[in-house]
Amino acid sequence: MLQIYCPYCAELREEQEFHYAGEAHIVRPKQPESVSDQTWGEYLFHRKNPKGIHQELWLHSAGCRKYFNVSRNTVTYVIEQTYKVGEQKNEEMAGETN
Amino acid sequence: MNHYSGFGLFKHALSYHENWQKVWRNPLPKKHYDVIIIGGGGHGLATAYYLAKEHGITNIAVVEKGYLGGGNTARNTTIVRSNYLWDDAAKLYEHAMKLWEGLSLELNYNLMFSQRGVLNLGHTLQDMRDIERRVNANRLNGIDSEVLSTKEVQELVPILNCAPDARYPVLGASWQKRGGTARHDAVAWGFARAADQLGVDLIQQNEVTGIRVVDGMVKGVETKNGFIGASKVGCVAAGHSGELARMVNLSLPLESHPLQAMVSEPLKPCLDTVVMSNHVHGYMSQSDKGDLVIGAGIDGYLGYGQRGSFSIIESTIAAIIEMFPIVSRVRLNRHWGGIVDTCPDACPIISKTPIGGLYFNCGWGTGGFKATPGSGHVFASTIANDHPHPLAKPFSLDRFITGRLIDEHGAAGVAH
Repeated sequence: MLQIYCPYCAELREEQEFHYAGEAHIVRPKQPESVSDQTWGEYLFHRKNPKGIHQELWLHSAGCRKYFNVSRNTVTYVIEQTYKVGEQKNEEMAGETN
Repeated sequence: MNHYSGFGLFKHALSYHENWQKVWRNPLPKKHYDVIIIGGGGHGLATAYYLAKEHGITNIAVVEKGYLGGGNTARNTTIVRSNYLWDDAAKLYEHAMKLWEGLSLELNYNLMFSQRGVLNLGHTLQDMRDIERRVNANRLNGIDSEVLSTKEVQELVPILNCAPDARYPVLGASWQKRGGTARHDAVAWGFARAADQLGVDLIQQNEVTGIRVVDGMVKGVETKNGFIGASKVGCVAAGHSGELARMVNLSLPLESHPLQAMVSEPLKPCLDTVVMSNHVHGYMSQSDKGDLVIGAGIDGYLGYGQRGSFSIIESTIAAIIEMFPIVSRVRLNRHWGGIVDTCPDACPIISKTPIGGLYFNCGWGTGGFKATPGSGHVFASTIANDHPHPLAKPFSLDRFITGRLIDEHGAAGVAH
């Protein structure tokens, strides 16, 4: 069971309140009709899927219902940090646990 | 190599079973192989077996980082069925089903393949509409499939709560009589023994750390115990396929998730078929040993930890107890998680890659066990001919670029 700190509610809550929403920081091509099928397919389907630190989106579905970012280790499941949408991971904090 | 038979069992009993031969050799790797298969699970071993048997390529090594059949082959719920919705998937899984039916005899190894039938329950009107559509599609593809009424389901499974006021009322089910279960470990061991007999080297405890590529052609694999040359390399590493792809800067449309399952203490026989419910994300069968084998849904998040969250177990058990109130006081014995490589369209990738001589068989997600012989068979053909087997062609990597996806979430969603 993960315990996740919601940066909007500013509280540590149980995993069941949240919904995983996939890899974070994926940028949608600005002009979808002008990119190649290759680029579009990669944008839609290809994922980093790392064994290690992963930046991902979670939805606080039974809380504030906002999306936010989580930096989590996919092997140990330890959450390094959580941060709001639009922000970037704080590299200085990497390795610490919220 | 000893041929297994009833007579052999009797003969060995006379010497207190102390003279059985080793089931396979434990060779040191050669300098060069025609084909190296990375991953010694069911699919990898089946690939090696069919390469040797049907394509006459016997200079093969299977390189495994742990022990044979120690990954997802040992971590599933052993269900075999082929009632998939779309033609491409149905044909692939039915191909596997036909191979299952003669496999124990062919491998001279008792896989305990038991065609005890598989039920997929419908709890809502929409479930039943989907079931009828899928059953009709199955029948058009020549796959045995029936729609059963509540009464017929109750007759098949007396311990299932089919009362109209049940939390999950059973409105009916799809029924594939040829479906069932097989003994998961035996599948790996049977293929391993048969492949070894044909000259395949099974190299365990040797993790692949790199894939050597020169001028766009694969040259071999780097392992913990040194370099092994190969003309062709087939990657069959399930949840770790992405890690292998990263070694050659190839990106795959895969996400690895933990998938959990559990078994109860052994009980007297009470369930002689397989009951699955996509709606409540739970399914159950009883092993020959008497354990209830219960499977859950995947954990939503990425994970390589071979364990998931307790909340998934809790919701699965809650659903199972609603459906089978009789098991409410049964204790669980063991629980485990496997890492499944899920594809966006819930269908596998059996494909050549832009790198010459490098092939991938992955993305089986939550339902790879049932396809083990079929997967190995078509992948072996793809590797041997450097051209996709007709049944594997729709499952190539480029479908995520062309958009020709095979959306099997309905039939594959939960059923493993």
